[in-house]
Amino acid sequence: MSQLDLRELHSPEFPVPTDMQGNVAITSLSKIYNWSRRSSMWPLLFGLACCAIEMIATAASRYDLSRFGMEVMRASPRQSDLMIVSGTVTKKMVVPIVRIYNQMPEPKYVMAMGACASGGGPFKEGYNVVSGIDQYIPVDVYIPGCPPTPQALLYGLISLQKKIDGQSLANMDDVPWYGVGPSDPVPVPVLGPDIIDPRQAELIRQQAVLAAQGKPFGVRELSGAALGVRAAVPVVEAKPALEAATASTEAAAELDPEKAARLAKREAALARKRAAQGGEKSE
Amino acid sequence: MNGMGILKGLGVTLKHFFQTYVDDIKYGGRKYIGNENFETRQGLKAQGAYTVQYPEEKLAMPERFRFVPFLVVEEPDHPDRAGHDWCTSCGICAKVCPPQCIWIVRSEDPVTKRPVPEPEAFFIDIDICMNCGYCAEFCPFDAIKMDHDYEMADYDRTGVGLHIHDKPRLSKPFSYYYDIAPTTAAEEAAGRGGWEHPDVIKEKKKSGQPVMDKPWHMLRAEDPEARAAAAAAAQAAAASASASAGPKVDMAAERAKRRQEALARHRAWKQ
Amino acid sequence: MTDMLAPVAPTELETGSALEYLKNKFPDAVKDDTRQGFGGVVIDRSKLVDVARAVRDELGYDYLSSATAVDYHGISDHMEMVYHAFRTSGGPALVMKAQTPRENAEVPSLVGVWPGADFQEREAYDLYGIQFPGHPNQKRILLWDGFDGHPMRKDWKEAYYEEDHKPFESRWPKGYVRRAEELNIFGKNVRYPADLDLSRLTDTSEQSIYSGMGLGVDVQELTAEPGQMRTDRLVVNLGPHHPSTHGVFRMVVTLDGETVETLEPVMGYLHRNHEKIGERNAWLMNIPFTDRLDYISSMGNNMGYVMAVEQLLAKGARYTPPTYRAEVIRVLMVELTRIVNHLWAIGFLLNDLGAFFTPALYAIAEREKILDFFEATAGSRLMCNYMRFQGVYKDLPERMRGTSNTLNDKIRDFNTMDYLAELINERLPRSIDELDHFLTDSEIIKTRCEGVGILPPEMGVAYSATGPLLRASGVPYDIRRMDPYSIYPELDFDICTRPNGDVYDRYLIRLDEMRESIRILKQCLPRLEATQGEDIFAGNKAIYAPRVPVGEAYGRVDNPKGELGFYVVSEGDPKGPQNPWRYHVRAPSFINLTALGQMCKGHKVADIVVILGSIDIVLGETDR
Repeated sequence: MSQLDLRELHSPEFPVPTDMQGNVAITSLSKIYNWSRRSSMWPLLFGLACCAIEMIATAASRYDLSRFGMEVMRASPRQSDLMIVSGTVTKKMVVPIVRIYNQMPEPKYVMAMGACASGGGPFKEGYNVVSGIDQYIPVDVYIPGCPPTPQALLYGLISLQKKIDGQSLANMDDVPWYGVGPSDPVPVPVLGPDIIDPRQAELIRQQAVLAAQGKPFGVRELSGAALGVRAAVPVVEAKPALEAATASTEAAAELDPEKAARLAKREAALARKRAAQGGEKSE
Repeated sequence: MNGMGILKGLGVTLKHFFQTYVDDIKYGGRKYIGNENFETRQGLKAQGAYTVQYPEEKLAMPERFRFVPFLVVEEPDHPDRAGHDWCTSCGICAKVCPPQCIWIVRSEDPVTKRPVPEPEAFFIDIDICMNCGYCAEFCPFDAIKMDHDYEMADYDRTGVGLHIHDKPRLSKPFSYYYDIAPTTAAEEAAGRGGWEHPDVIKEKKKSGQPVMDKPWHMLRAEDPEARAAAAAAAQAAAASASASAGPKVDMAAERAKRRQEALARHRAWKQ
Repeated sequence: MTDMLAPVAPTELETGSALEYLKNKFPDAVKDDTRQGFGGVVIDRSKLVDVARAVRDELGYDYLSSATAVDYHGISDHMEMVYHAFRTSGGPALVMKAQTPRENAEVPSLVGVWPGADFQEREAYDLYGIQFPGHPNQKRILLWDGFDGHPMRKDWKEAYYEEDHKPFESRWPKGYVRRAEELNIFGKNVRYPADLDLSRLTDTSEQSIYSGMGLGVDVQELTAEPGQMRTDRLVVNLGPHHPSTHGVFRMVVTLDGETVETLEPVMGYLHRNHEKIGERNAWLMNIPFTDRLDYISSMGNNMGYVMAVEQLLAKGARYTPPTYRAEVIRVLMVELTRIVNHLWAIGFLLNDLGAFFTPALYAIAEREKILDFFEATAGSRLMCNYMRFQGVYKDLPERMRGTSNTLNDKIRDFNTMDYLAELINERLPRSIDELDHFLTDSEIIKTRCEGVGILPPEMGVAYSATGPLLRASGVPYDIRRMDPYSIYPELDFDICTRPNGDVYDRYLIRLDEMRESIRILKQCLPRLEATQGEDIFAGNKAIYAPRVPVGEAYGRVDNPKGELGFYVVSEGDPKGPQNPWRYHVRAPSFINLTALGQMCKGHKVADIVVILGSIDIVLGETDR
């Protein structure tokens, strides 16, 4: 069923004379290169948590990764092209993961399998859980689900293949590993009182200075003062802000006076309602 | 004798090896054709290779299968509540959600400040969602359901509307829900006492109107013309009623338009 | 080791009279726990070791199931160690508690009495900061050295802390969505102490792991006696990224040549704060979280937790136990889970032996058949989330039917009862026999497994080993018989044991247990038929906020990996937030590892992997 569809390689951008058709194949270098690359993606044999079980089930005979040329799960990062981060990434584990990632040769791809690896998952609030592996290493494909079924994982792998297909050899941004010199390794986090990302060192230092001056430090009550702190400190990794509708009440209030007024009204109405109900929480 | 155990074991491997070919002959070259052979292959009598050839053939999910939740909205031409949310923003799903990934903004009437039984905004952070299905299980209005759509891989997650599903993305028509879970939908309809939203059923029972004995999209399919006329009449009546009530006509039309847009966006996104 | 074992035949007393015996013997140190809903005795911590020794030697409670800490901050401002001891001959628990002030918390270590307390006390030290004088190796176990604070203390707040109890206020009715990292000034799930000085920061988290390992080459030792092979002493790290550690487990091994001298398990690489989150969750919310403990046998985890909370609920006024049909379905699910788990365990044990993937593939093929049933019934292959308090989520569906829609086109449609009957009567027995035929007699497996990683029965009991690991050592300890629950008393099955306690026996006992499970399942089928159409819920359908009476409960089940216990404490007043005050998981994978170092001593480095595989751990449960 999963026969090689060679037709897509023969892109008829170049006119082939009728009598030669079937005898010559014309393709671009990028196409044949990407085709061979995506058809022999070797994943790293690397299971973290629950999703790893589904990953193994995908590799087993029912869903059969080898139909995609991916059955060669390599235990060594040196031999693998794809890291499937399959499960909850803890702060203790992110250090080895970054090291392993740095050891993988280019071109390398990272797939965040499941909610935990994508964005923290159900355990996100925990003190030892990283909110997504993309906080530390770049991720190519995210697969939602807790856990994603084998078919969902296969869909993710196909998405990755599509991504590889789109990378042109002519564009150095697509294939930076053919540029000059080795790629920069990702700085390995340090386990201190909490995990410390070396890229964040400057921000942490500034917070420490603030704390020494007795200014608001920490994160608990962000309304008002702490938000001011945030504005004063250049944030190293600015998260793409969500749209106004998704922004926090306080943040929205700072941005838009009209909205603030509306929110205040709503607050007041809510308070009135609560008072009317005798302070008891509505069920 | 030494070595017999290994041979015995290898015999099992060999059996498995040949079984696949014997099996292929049994199917007579039609192994991958037709649903019947598929069912045999995936059933308990399966011998030999039983691989699901994923992108070409996809396992249909059982009704109770849980993935990411979605919101049920009424059909765009439903006579009673065209394009209306089933959700009344009561907040039980947000309260029962174990990882607390559901965020609901309750609507308020702009004049009276009283809550309106429809969410102004509804978000589900699917990077936190654990697919437990509690929201669907405990929703008193059968308005939030677990989806079967698992093909959701993305190249980015932080963008707007990507992994925080907002209301347009979450909304799916009732016919979709009926599609993926007909038996469960029927059970729930029996529990509610009809195929409409519980609020509509309550009203209809009060006024003595008959409730639908089938979901709207099926009634419509049975008798498209009459139903379309009925729907148009109902909508016109509603429009005139709300027109007399003043500026509300705009709101209803606006809401229907928004719903249409959302559905179109959803379809566009699916492709 | 021998001095730790019971020297004399102990007096067999009922739990009540055993407590009386203790109170008479230690009149000023042992007192009844008189708090409402609580049981057992409170022991003066200065006398704890003496009392514990008497409990073990004189009363015969030779098996320490669970030792855990509870922080009563805000209620009575003390911390408490809670011990649940059992007799391997069966019967209910003897519950002992030792209280300590929260400042400079200190409780004497019981490792000398029950070596199985080792990891559990280390965990209590790690998460609660209780010191255990007398503990041979008291250091952090789940978190790293240098971590700021002891996170399970009630006054310790994490970076993404929002509220003490779920549901959070911010979700409804004004749920303007935001990601937690948008609230954190660092954009990540981190918080730092105010006096953090980055200039002096070095990563010290690895230091204590290697302390006492003698890093570097000892020249003196290299000069071995003539005629013997000269071997180097070296320290080898296996894991956390290693294909045969069944996840992110790590072992630091000192080797003499290829022979293991010491083995130190290092864990916590999947410590995802299950208990801290569990104490913030409402009671019901914990059920899907338990799925993610031992993620291969989620049904069993559900069952354990649900039973623990039902014990608490039973203290209340309006409680009806689950209906008979619900119990039958539960047992059906749990025993199917046992087969799933053992198939997986055997397949991957063979992987560890080097039979790369063929046996595992065969095992997984059978497992998929059971998962199809789970998927149709509970809605998910892995994370079943099926049990509810006083019942189950839904009755078995009439048909296991895939629903076709635009997305999925290939439909399966089986009658559920037919499917089950065929699965249990034909398919599974056949495949277990085939697995037996395939592997059991193989000379390679025998050579690699026989006599490897022996766990003597006394040591197994002392180290609190459970499940197949203990039964393979010849101790017939199965909670389904020793402390029966659900409908197990009326079912006909045997406790499997094997005499030798080596890896091969642990492999064989999994085959035996699968066959016993089939026996149980065959008895479940007629019961399912007979109760067709009956209620699966006692009382109304599941309520999302059950009122759980004040008290403590310890629910335990015989999970495929061993004894899974849930220690839950409810302090809730009926009007306040309804969530557990303490939610502790007694994880078999975690405690079974206590003996790993002893079992591996003297074996070759390749055997470590096999021994670990034969214990059958799952990291979600080990690290929680």
